[in-house]
Amino acid sequence: MGWLGDNGMLFGLAVLDGLSYASAVFMVAVGLNLVFGVMRVLNVAHGSLYAIGGYAAASLSLFLGARGMPAWLSLPLLLLSSAIVGAILGPPIERLLRSMLGQEEVLQLLVTFALFMILEDLQKLVWGVQPVVSDAPVKVLGTVDVPFGSDVIPFTAYQLYLLPGVALVTLAGLAWFLRRTLAGRMIVAVTVDREAARAMGINAAKVMLLTFTAGAALAALGGALASPTTSLVPGIGASTIVLSFAVVATAGLGQIEGAALTALMIGLGRSLAVYFAPEFEVVVPYIIMVSVLLVRPQGLFAVPETRRI
Amino acid sequence: MNRNADLALALLAAALILGLSWAVPWLRFVMTVALAKGLAVLGILLLLRAGQVSFGHALYLALAAYVVAFAATRVPEVLVLLPLAALSAAAIGLVVGLFVSRYRAIFFGMLNLALSMVFYSILDKFYEVTRGGDGVRVATTKFAGASLSPEQQSWALLCLALVLAITFGAFVRRYLSSPLGSALSALKTREARLEFMGVPARRVLLSAYVISAFMAGCGGVLIALSTRHVTPALAYWTASGELVFIAVLGGAGSVFGPFLGALAYELTRTYAAALVADAWQMILGAVLLIVILFAPGGLWGVGRALVLRGRQT
Repeated sequence: MGWLGDNGMLFGLAVLDGLSYASAVFMVAVGLNLVFGVMRVLNVAHGSLYAIGGYAAASLSLFLGARGMPAWLSLPLLLLSSAIVGAILGPPIERLLRSMLGQEEVLQLLVTFALFMILEDLQKLVWGVQPVVSDAPVKVLGTVDVPFGSDVIPFTAYQLYLLPGVALVTLAGLAWFLRRTLAGRMIVAVTVDREAARAMGINAAKVMLLTFTAGAALAALGGALASPTTSLVPGIGASTIVLSFAVVATAGLGQIEGAALTALMIGLGRSLAVYFAPEFEVVVPYIIMVSVLLVRPQGLFAVPETRRI
Repeated sequence: MNRNADLALALLAAALILGLSWAVPWLRFVMTVALAKGLAVLGILLLLRAGQVSFGHALYLALAAYVVAFAATRVPEVLVLLPLAALSAAAIGLVVGLFVSRYRAIFFGMLNLALSMVFYSILDKFYEVTRGGDGVRVATTKFAGASLSPEQQSWALLCLALVLAITFGAFVRRYLSSPLGSALSALKTREARLEFMGVPARRVLLSAYVISAFMAGCGGVLIALSTRHVTPALAYWTASGELVFIAVLGGAGSVFGPFLGALAYELTRTYAAALVADAWQMILGAVLLIVILFAPGGLWGVGRALVLRGRQT
């Protein structure tokens, strides 16, 4: 683009990178948001689910490669591995959190922190501390030349179409599910008022189990989708969770479309920083969050609550 | 428990710590670090009374540690560095506190976390100034003008840590039983009622916040002086989580809790890390889960219950 001079190409790359990054962040943040809605606890272990989802997908696709199976299979495997992670880890964690429901918020939060510590080491024991790389899903789809003004940017089709595509489908699917189906509306009812929902005959325990498992699978899917684009190292869970906290707090708790927009904002902000001011890479999401909360203390899209007396 | 009993217990504990450190020399370092963290956790305890969890108090600990690391080359005097660094932490705590005291619950926790992560990345990314992830070595310091041998230095630090722990322990005990302390608990139960009584809730929280930043700063000074090397990892959000962990592990019901928790935490960590290098976090996580599920009063609560039962029979 002419008006950006020599930086045009870099700017284009940053935007494309930001889009694909925001897609993965959205998947994690929306899961966190759903879980917070029904259980009222910010799940710190959510980041570990992201990491484990990534590792599981990478292992499966490496296993597949070693067996000489066709590489396109690695794409559905991303979905499969995250469903497995969600189904195995979701219900037991949910059971534990549900047993804590009446307790103090601090204790509930700390239970998830304890789980985070346990899962972090479990992940190190299973996958070791060496970086794990598996880019089969990216290679299958090849690259696309994206015209950007007078320049042409070669970019992987995986990051250009698949990641944002999955995120959009998730967004639309969730919006439809929560507003149009009975199960979805039950989730919304429990989110708004657990006691009233129970009084109406909704099985809150079942709703929590369903939501938590779905949220865990979404986190794992976020990790699985991001895994081919980076190398997996210990600590990605810890850095992902704080980022999705930032997204959820900026958007306001319980907002799905809001989380998507905020993920986009933070994703773009961060990748622009990566290209133009690398020192600020980690800081940008928090600067966005702090400046939003200064103006709107409940988050960008939250509906203000009445004050209890 | 009454004041004299608490004081006696504190002195007894101090004597025990000194005795153990004398018998097992490597424990001296563990004890100093544990007391330093206990000081920071004492601040967390104040905020917990108000029902607020800060997932970012490592910011103040790391800030004071870095102040020591940078200032030690120019002023190599512990008795100057300690107030200097702790007051810097309190000053930043005041600025940050003016902002975060407007928020409650999750937002309070997350904003603290965000700000500490901002500080972390400043330490990590601005290599020219902060030496990035390599960290900064702390120059040798003097104690009240006297140059000490490493051995003497470690004893001096342990004693300093004990004095600070007892002083602040007594202070927090007094604070919590004062009207200001009661206002903190009221903030947790129902803030609006506190406001109706004409007590400015924000200022109550802010005062506790600044004090907690100051105590975390004192802890940071001790950690910088005893480890002699500071890294950005001190400010990472997991370090803040660790402080909240210790608060619950020790028990939030008494000023002894934080120090008991910190000692148990550091000892478990030292032993677990030596036995199973890759799984110490897992062991600590499991301990935390067990404490929360079966002993919500923390180690202090368990100990107290045992003593009380012993008295009844």
